[in-house]
Amino acid sequence: MNGPHDLGGMQSMGAIPIEENEPIFHSEWEAKVFAMSFATFGNFFTVDETRHASERMPPGKYLSSSYYERWLFALELLLTEHSLVSSAEIEEKIAELSQSNELS
Amino acid sequence: MTAYHHHAGSDPKSSSDSNIASDIALRVKAIEALLIEKGIVDPAALDTIIETYETKVGPHIGARIVAKAWVDSEFKQRLLADGTSAIAELGLTGFSSEHMIVVENTSEIHNLIVCTLCSCYPWAILGLPPTWYKSFAYRSRAVIEPRVVLKEFGLEIPENVEVRVWDSTSDLRYLVLPERPEGTEGLSEEELAKLVTRNAMIGAAKVDLTTVPSEVSQ
Repeated sequence: MNGPHDLGGMQSMGAIPIEENEPIFHSEWEAKVFAMSFATFGNFFTVDETRHASERMPPGKYLSSSYYERWLFALELLLTEHSLVSSAEIEEKIAELSQSNELS
Repeated sequence: MTAYHHHAGSDPKSSSDSNIASDIALRVKAIEALLIEKGIVDPAALDTIIETYETKVGPHIGARIVAKAWVDSEFKQRLLADGTSAIAELGLTGFSSEHMIVVENTSEIHNLIVCTLCSCYPWAILGLPPTWYKSFAYRSRAVIEPRVVLKEFGLEIPENVEVRVWDSTSDLRYLVLPERPEGTEGLSEEELAKLVTRNAMIGAAKVDLTTVPSEVSQ
């Protein structure tokens, strides 16, 4: 597999983003994506499948996404492929939550 | 909610306070709600996972292994010969650290760990990796210009010191055994462990007495 994840030796990626005293997660959603992935891999699919799922991200998207955005892509792909949740259900739930946010 | 940080370089940021970030947050909330409704995940389990990686698992575990190797030469030999078994002796094996190779920094060899394909890292021993370790910049550059990369961490490796870069895989992960600094002869194993930083165990720093908490260095 020679996908976008095979970054060794690629050039022009810029300076190393060194952050002093960084938090474990940079936002609540990152923590939730991590936890939902951790809670599902091993139970519904293997860790290797999760890694492979992020490698199946389209190259342009892979290279413009943050670490946990790639995890989210993999999680959503596997949840739908394993028929645990459908894409339609996710979109419906987003619409529902977004409506209740507007009302509140 | 933690403030977001922005850096120089081409890596995508962890998003910002833009519409994109709130779209992602909403999407994650929706997936979480569905998984809980369907009984696929337990909300309490999610909290436990987050708490574990925020507060319990971290570089202090690797530091114990390093300090033990510094004071116990037989343990050090076992650790370098078979990292997996020696770490298991201490009961410190865990998820994502099932197979370990420990590489020793000396006055002649400096080791650096990377994962070019992913961000494989010994979670049970060092906790979750820092952003720089997961960055495209580090993953791409560590294998072609490690000395330049190390300079960005403020670490200049003399030309006569060999730099070895180890590329982790999903099944095999590495830990650097840093050099024990001079002037630490009188310190206990516990005091030594406090000197060992995460970056030193990846090879991006040396253990340096000048950067340690004052109560230890005095």
